[in-house]
Amino acid sequence: MLLIHCPYCEMERPEIEFRYAGEAHLARPDNPDDATWAEFLYLRTNPRGMHAERWRHIHGCGRYFNCLRDTVSDRIAETYKAGEARPTTLSGKGAA
Amino acid sequence: MSEAFRLPGADGCPIRFVFDGMPYQGREGDTLASALLANGVHLVGRSYKYHRPRGILTAGAEEPNALVAMMRGPGRMTPNLRATQIEIFDGLEVRSQNAWPSLALDAGAINDIAGKFFSAGFYYKTFMGPKVAGSGLWTRVFEPIVRQAAGLGARTSEPDPDRYAQFHEHCDVLICGGGPAGIAAALAAGASGKDVVLCDEQAAFGGGLLHETRATIDGKPTRQWLAEALAALRAMPNVRLMPRTQAFGYYAQNFIALSERVADHLATDHPVRERLWQVRAKEVVIATGAIERPLVFSGNDRPGVMLAEAARIYLNRYGVKVGTRVVLVTAHDSAYRAALDLKAAGVTIAAIADLRSDPAGELVEAARAAGLPLIADARVAGTKGRLRVSKVGIAAGVGATRWIGCDCLLMSGGWTPSVHLYSQSRGKVVWHEDRQMFLPGASVQAERSAGACKGTFALATVLAEGQQAGAAAAGTSSPSITYVVAGDPPQSGGHLGRVKAADGASGKAFVDFQNDVKADDIDLAVQEGMRSIEHVKRYTTTGMATDQGKTSNLNALAIAAEKLGKSVPEVGLTTFRQPYTPVSFGAFAGANRGELFDPLRRTPTHAWAEESGAVFEDFGLWKRARYFPRAGEDMHAAVHRECTQARKSAGVFDASTLGKIEVVGPDSAAFLEMLYTNPWAKLEPGRCRYGLMLNEAGFVMDDGVIARLAADRFHVTTTTGGAPRVLHHMEDYLQTEFPDLRVWLTSTTEQWAVIAVQGPKAREIVAPLVEGFDIAHEAMPHMSIREGRVCGIPARVMRVSFTGELGYEINVPADFGRSVWEAVWAEGRKHDAVAYGTEAMHVMRAEKGHIIVGQETDGTVTPDDLCLGWAIGKAKKDFIGKRSLVRPDMVAPGRKQLVGLLTVNPETVLEEGAQITATATPKVGEAAQGHVTSAYDSPALGRSIALALVADGRKRKGQTLHVPMPGGAIAVTVVDPVFFDPKGDRLNV
Amino acid sequence: MSDRMLASRRGVLDGLFLPKGEEFSLTPAPDAARFTLRGSPQAARAFGPAPPQVLRATSKGERLALWLGPDEILLIAPGEDAGAVQTELEHKLAGEPHALVDVSHRQIGLVLEGRLAARCLSAGCPLDLRLSAFPVGMATRTIFLKAEIVLFRQEDQRFHVEVWRSFAPYLIGHLGEALIGATGL
Repeated sequence: MLLIHCPYCEMERPEIEFRYAGEAHLARPDNPDDATWAEFLYLRTNPRGMHAERWRHIHGCGRYFNCLRDTVSDRIAETYKAGEARPTTLSGKGAA
Repeated sequence: MSEAFRLPGADGCPIRFVFDGMPYQGREGDTLASALLANGVHLVGRSYKYHRPRGILTAGAEEPNALVAMMRGPGRMTPNLRATQIEIFDGLEVRSQNAWPSLALDAGAINDIAGKFFSAGFYYKTFMGPKVAGSGLWTRVFEPIVRQAAGLGARTSEPDPDRYAQFHEHCDVLICGGGPAGIAAALAAGASGKDVVLCDEQAAFGGGLLHETRATIDGKPTRQWLAEALAALRAMPNVRLMPRTQAFGYYAQNFIALSERVADHLATDHPVRERLWQVRAKEVVIATGAIERPLVFSGNDRPGVMLAEAARIYLNRYGVKVGTRVVLVTAHDSAYRAALDLKAAGVTIAAIADLRSDPAGELVEAARAAGLPLIADARVAGTKGRLRVSKVGIAAGVGATRWIGCDCLLMSGGWTPSVHLYSQSRGKVVWHEDRQMFLPGASVQAERSAGACKGTFALATVLAEGQQAGAAAAGTSSPSITYVVAGDPPQSGGHLGRVKAADGASGKAFVDFQNDVKADDIDLAVQEGMRSIEHVKRYTTTGMATDQGKTSNLNALAIAAEKLGKSVPEVGLTTFRQPYTPVSFGAFAGANRGELFDPLRRTPTHAWAEESGAVFEDFGLWKRARYFPRAGEDMHAAVHRECTQARKSAGVFDASTLGKIEVVGPDSAAFLEMLYTNPWAKLEPGRCRYGLMLNEAGFVMDDGVIARLAADRFHVTTTTGGAPRVLHHMEDYLQTEFPDLRVWLTSTTEQWAVIAVQGPKAREIVAPLVEGFDIAHEAMPHMSIREGRVCGIPARVMRVSFTGELGYEINVPADFGRSVWEAVWAEGRKHDAVAYGTEAMHVMRAEKGHIIVGQETDGTVTPDDLCLGWAIGKAKKDFIGKRSLVRPDMVAPGRKQLVGLLTVNPETVLEEGAQITATATPKVGEAAQGHVTSAYDSPALGRSIALALVADGRKRKGQTLHVPMPGGAIAVTVVDPVFFDPKGDRLNV
Repeated sequence: MSDRMLASRRGVLDGLFLPKGEEFSLTPAPDAARFTLRGSPQAARAFGPAPPQVLRATSKGERLALWLGPDEILLIAPGEDAGAVQTELEHKLAGEPHALVDVSHRQIGLVLEGRLAARCLSAGCPLDLRLSAFPVGMATRTIFLKAEIVLFRQEDQRFHVEVWRSFAPYLIGHLGEALIGATGL
């Protein structure tokens, strides 16, 4: 069971208090054509390495937030509040 | 015979126990293994595959042979326990396994003679073998025989009556292993004041110190030092000692699982059998020691063949001589300690056969000085003895084999550090060629190894390392005290893989005793193309199952490496899987069984329904009354009566499980505009509207009635099962897509008990209870809500209908639910109203063609598919799912649409989920036209009805389709999905 | 109204066995008016207690305010009438965007006391409940096995737990099992 730092509670909390909510920073497109909309609905980056993803502290403060997790090591590099930009200090694979 | 092999003067209370029906005496503090050995019993089991007689190989958790079943009464038989770990108590009953009719006369031993048919890959070859077409020979004949013959203990089939507890635990420092390194670590970490947990799998802390008689620490005998150290630890309030507790798994972020044996060693009842501890430690010290390695030579598995240090443990710790005349085969100095200790206890040492050509060192010299016969450059031909070793064939170099008589053969191939936990922490072990050991590499988590598990064996260094590890884990500087050790001569040596065979060698040489894997099997695996050790492992089963190769991994690896002509690290190491030793299923289940497996959610009126004889059904976690049978009624009769009477007079229904979300804030309407397909801005306070919720892909995910209480307050209802999902979905959009909206969501599902009264008499039933508002048709039209009082309690009353009848839903605070229900019921009785359950509710809504999300929908259904296009606000610029509704696939012809079906025979009720085809006898590969989503016998229509999703269904009304069933296809006519009162006249009264 | 029946209350704990031991007791907290207050945490002032900091609870008299999220506070007024409290608060908060929702009956309060209180909670709650990590005054929503709870430490060995009513028997059943499971600890 992972420990995840909730940026709103400002502490590490056990994984079972959280729920995963898919890839982060997907903007709902405005007036999209069919292809753009289909991509928004169904296509994800699914990277090997650092992945920006959404989690919700559903059994805690209830907040959605974002998280950078390495999909290879399963290690979480950073969590940050919804609406904040993806940290640029960490990217690519292997960073932990 | 009573403890003939116990040293004179052994203390400890006598304890009586039974093994295979025979009574024996042991001593307090004995393991089953030590107690049996005290009685001269070596034969304790039969092996997995060949049913070879097996004895006790080790003295600890690594025991691969001496697996037994403990009998503790009905449902309490535990198979495959290691005799070396079972603590005996008065009345203990244990049985051997895998032997019939008896241990000494096992019929399965024929496998030993037929051994060549059971070589590596036996299962694969046999399972994949040529099939005798249609004979079923394999499944009927061979498989049952193989299953009967193979395997270890049997399981019990009764429910386990014991209690298992589970706890989370948090500490600053967790120390796994209570030997000298672990104790030194605990002393150092404990001194810091941090919270320290020290666990050890054994009943007594001390590890190797418990049988160390030669060394001293700080001038004290080791056992005295140990007693003082443990007393010091017990005096520290911040240190917790957990004996009988195995750290069996190391997971992410220093999450370690421990299993504690609480009761299995007790003669008396205890309320808890085992506890599972889920520990989160800031720092971990791994002090798990090392395991002595067997030597691989022919006949190395006979009862009486044992690891050298195990014999020393039995002698020094338990006061038990493992034999009277002992031969040792060794490649490591440590066996000489065993020889010297045994000699001192009066045991004859017939020979020490050292594989090394020139054994030297303090211990070797001591053995020579004691006159022990030493054979250098030894080779082994094999052993003899049917149920117990009686001779061992030894040769010096290429010389002639000499058969030496003995009743116990001790062996030592050196020591394998227990890197299991380190490896599970995802650390990468490193091969040290000079020491022939895999040792922990860099730490991946906040852990450090100390002592023998790190390849450190000299006691002084072990203690120092433990102390440093404990201090570092606690974040304190290295302590200044050093431990002074004497009487611990240096030791070296070791051997991997096969022992050189002496002249005349024959017989099986075992690598993995538990899985009956021989050295030849590994050769064969390599010969047949296995290259990776992972493949060799699976092909031969070496290192598999509960044993996880504790005694066998390195020998197997070395043999494979030699055969492949590669180095050990090139061949690689298999994964060390959790659990380190088997853990009871009960411990994993804990208290999560029976009534406490899942939360069993009951509504405020549950008890009334129960008292009224309701039959319940599960709806997610909820228990809901399904129907209320009267004497002699089956479900069909009860549901028929409930539906008929509800439509004739009225029915009372518990709708409390419906999800409820209060949406409050100035932007509430704007928010709902986005979340539901319908328009909300202009809905007046006091009115309700059916709401349809889509996911972004345009598929229906939920529905419910939404009531506007005020400009800034909505009472939203959801499906019973969908409530948490809908709130989660709403929060998602609110927090991440529309964070500027000033609106907040609160689940009120459990705040309200909901009593639905449906039927022509509903108004007459509800009216007398209501205060503060008028429920007359004109004052309170269909789809409206009023706040006031019911039975004097603040309530929300909605005029809504799922049945097609005049209906009210009374919401009262949950604690008042039962009382208000009883008041409603008393009024209802005046009108012959019935209580109805979910089944009647389903029938009546189907008669009206109302969908149930999850029954008529499956995540691929659009509003238009359900004939719910009217629920979409056409003027709305946007809502979740809107864009998807015009994607090409969503408007293409051929989509499945909701229709009604009428069977030609009105008595026939279709099966829900049945496929629908165009022809009565569809050809193979012909696509189904749809499927039945709901089907009931309809009291209102006096015949069966069904709802279905059918391709282009709306255009097919009047057509005949077919529902192929095992008994033949059922012809159906496609009709409108609204079967009853299509104009809704019954609502407007 | 005199000719009409007045409904009576029946709590979810009626008839339920509450585990008790020498070192652990589980008792129902008194009936209370409860609200979730969303919007500005400052709105808590209208209720009485100071706005609670992250993961903390505050009190004034008997009234409690528990921080559950950045814009979510649980208000508990033991023994008070929910309607009256709501009227009072809505009056004070008029004009300020907020959401005040009555959840008095949605959940119940339980008080866990004794040396084994934290141990019994740890049977289902994965949080570090040592005083150093979960000090007196800390409050949070969390999980106990498959039930969501609100956990508030009032004293070293005294916790107030809020749980949705239909989950209460499950929680109580497990706490009872945990107490037996802690035998000898």
